[in-house]
Amino acid sequence: MTTKLFKQDIKVINVGLASFYEDLKYQRARVTKVDWRPPAGGNLKLVQLLSKAESEEVANANKIAVRKIVTSSPKLIDIKKARDVIGVLRGNMTLLHSGPPIEWERMSGPTKGGVIGAAIFEGWASDAGQAEELAKSGQIRFETCHDNSAVGPMAGIISPSMSVYVVKNEENGNIAFSNLNEGVGRVLRYGAYDEEVQTRLKFMEDVLAPLLKAALIITGPLDLKNIMAQSLQMGDELHTRNVASSLLLLKELGPSMVNTDFSKSDISSSINFIVKNQLFFLNIAMAAGKSIMDAASGIRASSVITALTRNGTDFGVRVSALKDKWFTAPAPIPKTLFFPGYKEEDANPDIGDSAIMETNGFGAFASAASPAVVQVVGGDVKEALRNTIKMSEICLIKDKSFPIPQNNFEGIPRAIDLRRIIETGTAPIINTGVANKKPGMGTVGFGILDAPMGAFIRAFEEYASTL
Amino acid sequence: MDNYIYDMPKKSFISKGDYRDSVFLMRVNQECQKLDGVKACAVMMGTDANKDIAKDAWLYTDELANAGPNDIFIVIDAIDEAKCEAALAKAKDLLNEVDRGETAEEMSYRTLRTAIENEPDSNLVLISTPGEYAFTEALTALNNDKNVMIFSSDVPIDDELKLKQLGSKKGLLVMGPDCGTAIINGIGLGFSNIVKRGPIGIVGAAGTGIQEVTSLLDDVGISQAIGTGSHDLSEKIGGITMIDGIRMLGEDQETKVLVVISKPPSPAVTGKILEYLRKVGKPAVVNFIGGNVNDEGNIIGALTLEDAAKKALAIVTGAQPSATIFSKPREELEALITQETKRLSDKQKYVRGLFSGGTLCAEAQMLFRNMNRPVRSNVPLEKGLLIQASARGIGDTFIDMGTEEFVRGIPHPMIDFRFRNERIIRESQEDDVAVILLDIVLGLGANINPAGELADAVAKARVNGKSVIASVCGTERDPQSLHLQVSALEKLGVIILPSNAQAARLAALVASRGGVWGYLK
Repeated sequence: MTTKLFKQDIKVINVGLASFYEDLKYQRARVTKVDWRPPAGGNLKLVQLLSKAESEEVANANKIAVRKIVTSSPKLIDIKKARDVIGVLRGNMTLLHSGPPIEWERMSGPTKGGVIGAAIFEGWASDAGQAEELAKSGQIRFETCHDNSAVGPMAGIISPSMSVYVVKNEENGNIAFSNLNEGVGRVLRYGAYDEEVQTRLKFMEDVLAPLLKAALIITGPLDLKNIMAQSLQMGDELHTRNVASSLLLLKELGPSMVNTDFSKSDISSSINFIVKNQLFFLNIAMAAGKSIMDAASGIRASSVITALTRNGTDFGVRVSALKDKWFTAPAPIPKTLFFPGYKEEDANPDIGDSAIMETNGFGAFASAASPAVVQVVGGDVKEALRNTIKMSEICLIKDKSFPIPQNNFEGIPRAIDLRRIIETGTAPIINTGVANKKPGMGTVGFGILDAPMGAFIRAFEEYASTL
Repeated sequence: MDNYIYDMPKKSFISKGDYRDSVFLMRVNQECQKLDGVKACAVMMGTDANKDIAKDAWLYTDELANAGPNDIFIVIDAIDEAKCEAALAKAKDLLNEVDRGETAEEMSYRTLRTAIENEPDSNLVLISTPGEYAFTEALTALNNDKNVMIFSSDVPIDDELKLKQLGSKKGLLVMGPDCGTAIINGIGLGFSNIVKRGPIGIVGAAGTGIQEVTSLLDDVGISQAIGTGSHDLSEKIGGITMIDGIRMLGEDQETKVLVVISKPPSPAVTGKILEYLRKVGKPAVVNFIGGNVNDEGNIIGALTLEDAAKKALAIVTGAQPSATIFSKPREELEALITQETKRLSDKQKYVRGLFSGGTLCAEAQMLFRNMNRPVRSNVPLEKGLLIQASARGIGDTFIDMGTEEFVRGIPHPMIDFRFRNERIIRESQEDDVAVILLDIVLGLGANINPAGELADAVAKARVNGKSVIASVCGTERDPQSLHLQVSALEKLGVIILPSNAQAARLAALVASRGGVWGYLK
């Protein structure tokens, strides 16, 4: 029995009474505090279920899920018309939307606006009234992006003739899709559908998408993991800030764009479009994220979260062991920094599949890499770091493939563990854009929110019952 | 109006070479603005642009000429000189206060697991959660190779055994459960005193026992004080932590002399402990609070906590270890006894002891027994002397006020004096009570001004003709400062003795009008 303790400087972790922490500080001892609270908020039923879920079986299942996540290798391989790659869009008048399933009546303003805009864009309706009639009468069918290997930001409306990125997770062999990003302001994904929106969508289909596709053929498949890791080191958290990643994309594709047969004015207008849109890469990152999470889905007994998403009305959660089953709770309204002229009453509840970034350890989970984003809601560098550390409390690993310089090159926290959410009562934090709740209006600001605990508790109760 | 502005006192301060970001400074500025009497203020980096802003806001002083872009300036404009000075002092505090908040160590974690992940070089986990959660937390700590101190009580004995067996196997200290006091590498944990580092190492199963011994050793200093928790010497645990502690101190080169403190363990466990002490070979002073230990080889028995401290000290200084009865000469004590007994009526014959330290209460009972004065107690030495804590005292009665019934829902009597004060007043109304005997424990975790807390109750007891005798357990470097507390208590008319044992003896002498001198040899 020898002890090293007497030869070391003592460094204490205080778990419990705050006065003991203060006393150690008083003595100038090195001490860290744990803000201890009873597990699962003292809810005995959940505590029992938790002890059931602390098993070898779950640990092994989660190891498989973690391996799936960290070994995933998403590559951007093509850009195609949605109807050519997403089966359900081949039928009559079907649209994909973000979040868990929802019917027309319960859709929020921005989702309805997106539906109207897409119906007009597809030529199914000539105006908003007609489009609403089609939706109301059930002639337009709705499917979720998530159920069709796709993800879309905000309203997430993907219609048959829109182009989508095709991302292949080479390690696992599965494919995921996302639409092209339109920029901020009055855009379809925020529920705007007027002339300006239609013109932009048409430009994207006629010029931008074909040009990018041609350039991609010249450049070859793009290693997205590489771009994402680099941009994290350049101040992006890859959800609400995609400044570096968008430029890195242009660096990869720009030279090839110039070498296509497209006209100088097409190339020029496309490059202009990309450089003006600081979120251009977001949709590609989202498709990468989806391809990774689908690979980790459906692993028996795994408590890893595979989807966090919102449709503007409901917040939806998926857990690996329960594969495609949705657990929902009302979507909260984010704490928002409003653009001039907008206020609290204008904000729609949380919306979009873009929380696939948080599901993957980016966005709010990678806040430390991107303090500028926390500043948006009045936070500072320390708060950014705190958010990342807080999220590491509910994750199984820190992925060294994605180091954050500002956190001593620690990896981003990844593989969200449903058990840890329940145990600590800490919900995932999400960085997000905020939509105007009225259809046809657009963006009102950027915000941050805690995912609603109700959805996780319901998911956990059912998950634990399968063990 | 302009004159009014000019007339207001303005004070400034420049913190040289001190850079903070503007958001931080704005926050300090905002806090200062709210201070009493402050009309306006500026807390900024000393750039020319900022100095211009200060000028425009009538917040410029000549001193600001010395402030450069790497210096922070503070200017306070308040309604009078005193308010101005106070606000300036507060502003300086704020600069430092939030500054401390910026160190990574201020980061708090939600779970022990994450804290360990983020602070991998931590080496001791102090656990004070409710008892039902302490096992899981301690297990997490041990599985991550951290030493633990478990302050929490009410941990099942089987769980304690599991933790201690695991810790022992891994070479980790498991102090507790129900361990209130430890000093490791000079840092006090839980209820402990700030004691100089030195050659004496302590292992104890008794919290206030450790506090008394370490405080009395402040002159020469201690190497380590390891708390084992109150159940360690039970048959079931068999002294795992005490034995590991003895071995650790045996190997520790800083430790020249060991002191072992415990209430009397069972004969089997006692034998085991003495055997390990013999094996270690270093001089070891053993105090089993009344359990007799004979001097043998390297083992030296001690009757009281004070004796344990003094004998260890004697060994270190090369003197002959001997027992202490009183520090002061007999004549001085006789005078003191006369002074106190003069105030007593013939009816007043008994001592009521109101203790915050369980070990100190037990030690005082033991000493009274040795003076042929059996004491009734809620924690008695023998079953026959049991008295309910809330019952009216009979004869000599000592109450341990740190037991479960007193601390349910309210802080420990070392922190919260309300029950003890009530009881002092109650006892002082009893006709047959001569002396109220107290222990006053200072140090980390304890009340910051016990003398102030006791003032009213002690005054009432004095008015009611009682003698109040106490010992103060603490050191100069404790937050309360020993001499400040002693002099404040003496001003209240409390007779202060340098140890719990001496206080108990004097109480018996006063109550017996010197009748027990014959027992004190």
